[in-house]
Amino acid sequence: MLVPGKIQHIICTGNLCIKEVQDYLKTLCPDLHITRGEYDEETRYPETKTLTIGQFKLGLCHGHQVIPWGDLDSLAMLQRQLDVDILVTGHTHQFTAYKHEGGVVINPGSATGAYSSITYDVNPSFVLMDIDGLRVVVYVYELIDGEVKVDKIDFKKTTTATHSAH
Amino acid sequence: MMLNGAEDEEKWLAEGIAGIQHNAFYMHRALDSNNLREALKYSAQMLSELRTSKLSPHKYYELYMRAFDELRMLEMFFKDESKHGVSVVDLYELVQHAGNILPRLYLLCTVGSVYIKSKEAPVKELLKDLVEMCRGVQHPIRGLFLRSYLAQISRDKLTDIGSDHEGDVDTVMDAVEFVLQNFSEMNKLWVRMQNQEPGRAREKRKKERSELQDLVGKNLHVLGQIERVDLDMYKETVLPRVLEQVVNCKDDLGQYYLMDCIIQVFPDEYHLQTLEALLGACPQLQPTVDIKTVLSRLMDRLSKYAASSTDVLHEFLQVEAFTKLSNTIEKVIEVQVDMPAVGAITLYVSLLMFTLRVHPDRLDYADQVLGACVKKLSNMPKLEDSLATKQVVALLRAPLEKYNDIVTALTLSNYPRVMDHLDNGTNKVMAMVIIESIMKNNTCISTADKVEVLFELIKGLIKDLDGAVDELDEEDFKDEQNSVAKLIHMLYNDEPEEMGKIICIVWKHTMAGGPKRLPFTVPSLVFSALRLVRRLQGQEGDIVGEVVPATPKKIFQLLSQIIEALSAVPSPELALRLYLHCAEAANDCDLEHVAYEFFTQTFVLYEEEIANSKAQLTAIHLIIGALQRMTVFGVENRDTLTHKATGYSARLLKKPDQCRAVYTCSHLFWVDDEDGIRDGERVLLCLKRALRIANAAQQMANVARGSSGPITLFVEILNKYLYFFEKGNQQITAAAIQDLIELINTEMQGDSANPGSDPDVFLASTLRYIQFQKQKGGIMGGKFESIEL
Repeated sequence: MLVPGKIQHIICTGNLCIKEVQDYLKTLCPDLHITRGEYDEETRYPETKTLTIGQFKLGLCHGHQVIPWGDLDSLAMLQRQLDVDILVTGHTHQFTAYKHEGGVVINPGSATGAYSSITYDVNPSFVLMDIDGLRVVVYVYELIDGEVKVDKIDFKKTTTATHSAH
Repeated sequence: MMLNGAEDEEKWLAEGIAGIQHNAFYMHRALDSNNLREALKYSAQMLSELRTSKLSPHKYYELYMRAFDELRMLEMFFKDESKHGVSVVDLYELVQHAGNILPRLYLLCTVGSVYIKSKEAPVKELLKDLVEMCRGVQHPIRGLFLRSYLAQISRDKLTDIGSDHEGDVDTVMDAVEFVLQNFSEMNKLWVRMQNQEPGRAREKRKKERSELQDLVGKNLHVLGQIERVDLDMYKETVLPRVLEQVVNCKDDLGQYYLMDCIIQVFPDEYHLQTLEALLGACPQLQPTVDIKTVLSRLMDRLSKYAASSTDVLHEFLQVEAFTKLSNTIEKVIEVQVDMPAVGAITLYVSLLMFTLRVHPDRLDYADQVLGACVKKLSNMPKLEDSLATKQVVALLRAPLEKYNDIVTALTLSNYPRVMDHLDNGTNKVMAMVIIESIMKNNTCISTADKVEVLFELIKGLIKDLDGAVDELDEEDFKDEQNSVAKLIHMLYNDEPEEMGKIICIVWKHTMAGGPKRLPFTVPSLVFSALRLVRRLQGQEGDIVGEVVPATPKKIFQLLSQIIEALSAVPSPELALRLYLHCAEAANDCDLEHVAYEFFTQTFVLYEEEIANSKAQLTAIHLIIGALQRMTVFGVENRDTLTHKATGYSARLLKKPDQCRAVYTCSHLFWVDDEDGIRDGERVLLCLKRALRIANAAQQMANVARGSSGPITLFVEILNKYLYFFEKGNQQITAAAIQDLIELINTEMQGDSANPGSDPDVFLASTLRYIQFQKQKGGIMGGKFESIEL
């Protein structure tokens, strides 16, 4: 699936570190959204980013700025601040996906299985989101002991949660 | 004048063809009426056209083919005695009356062909007669075609001989002898054509000669096809005679062609068994012969042969094929004093390819080839010829591609020595090739010794080589260093002792690379080391080892050194991040002093080296985030560090940054674990301080810009109040939250900002959240009950 043309958007929480990786992601899909991680050599990536895909507003942030790291309630605050349905953050190198009060907070984990002081035994992982109308299906791909395991989470947006602030 | 010459030739050819056709017409008439005498007369006249000297080989061939076709008719006539009533014996006598020698000999050969088939005379005598009589024509082109005719018409009779006269070895010998003699004579004629005059005439001659080469080579094909010519006969008779011709003719064109012909025509099995003789001829050839191509093709064929079955492989070892080839190459290089570097190296490349394909398990052979190349390179000045350099690179790439595993190539002791002879630029390119190979094959280098060898190989990337004042293209340099960084992740051993050694070796080498390389390579090394620490975490006590007992403490000491070197580059921001990682790792190992020391280094860097306000903001967040997770500190140490953190937070340049950092510090006093710190008062203190800063920011904005400041700060602080309120911080009351909400509302109204702006939206979602919590019911609902919206 990681072949040019199949993916419409790439959302990346950061710490690509070198331009080579950004260039590679660009070959998979030209619509690339990146926020700045603390090891990115490119200093012009933004700290946070919001974008709309279909009926969903998405928010993106690396996550080292949200303390305590990985804390759901603190992340929820950022979600409220950015006013998004789906918040995507990283930093912990551990895949998580929470549904709460009409929103979803997703951490795709580390695509390379990189070292983390927060998580022991990092398994490489990434997430594919299929957004269709008011429904988003989140597929998580994890490489555990040499095998790829796939899981999925469904989320449906209730119309009352849409904001009138347009 | 060339044009005229070509035109003339066309004219002469046309004339010749016309002559042939004219006489052929009458010959046919004679054949139809069974008139032998007339037939002979006209055929002789027809053949006289072939006496011309005016045609180039290409044109002569056309003329020859016309005559050839007509002679077939004549041969059929000769065969049928009933038509002409003359016995073949008498016929053989009769045709010798033809006036000129060339037509006479063509006719003789034609009859001879019929004669042989008839078996009325001993084949041996007949063949001998014919091949010797052809000596009468010494003109190269005419002679070659004549003898070619002889070879042609006798061919199928010869190949039949073996099967017809079973058990009659002599007859096969006679056939072989005949062909060998014809071959020798043809070769002599051919060689005689060479022109010693320099310039265009010589080139022209060369071209003409190559047009004729297959006529000579045909004889070898015939020999290859005679069934009864077995290995013994080939070994005892055929090969020695042919090689004798080849060597003695001292003609470079001929030698090259014939050696190649031998190799292509005869089976590989034969070559293997006669390797010594075949190779023995090589050093004796003219220096201008492209011997490397000949040997390459031979080795190529033998490689394919070796791949055909395992029994064959055994044979290779038996005949010591490798040793023989190796020795021959040495001898050839020795003898051909003027051979340029590229020639010699190409020979080594071919030999190495052969070795890798035929004896892949014999690393000693491969190493030997590399060693021979090193020796040759040592006796030469540094390579400047790009072709030669390309060949050296091909030599180095071959083992990588064959083994798909750099580790095997690393055991070749001469490999690094070959690399030493490359110029700096190519050396680096080769180093990149090696790294690419490792990455592509996901190879893991797992022992300290191998890492040492590997780093020796890629030293062109690791440090500036002697005399290297290369202009460093920045992009290229970055690519190189990133490659090295990636490589470091491939150096791994499960066993902590060995891993510790590997890390030390890598550090030793990268340290020598100087400051500009450290920012690229140090992070990989640090994380590699931290992984090792994590593995050792569970283990108790010191591991008894040789040089570096691998304990977390020792590794932290090394890490401290490494990161210090990095910060001196200067690269303070990166160093700060790495210090924090080390602090967290030390925390997990329960090493309070080590963790404290790392935090100290962090703060020192922050104070002294990080001046940029954006960098400071990020750094402070990282410090707070890490500190918040520390569990190993005692009260005093923790207090000192949190005090520092909050102090620096409050001293950031921009007020909004200050505000955010300070309220973030509140988390330092509240950890959600069971025995985590929960200091409600200090949390509140932080939040209140943040409020004060936010207020100040408001006022400043009013004064400085005449607009309201960042109301969003208040909403952020409100959210923090809610966070701790939910967690059960008694110091935060519903009333306080209520007040804050009202404050924000007031600020909003006072502000000319549009609805739908960020603070507005944020507040709305916050209030929605409060509503949500109220509706939850239970304890949470109870808490939020008193907050009115």
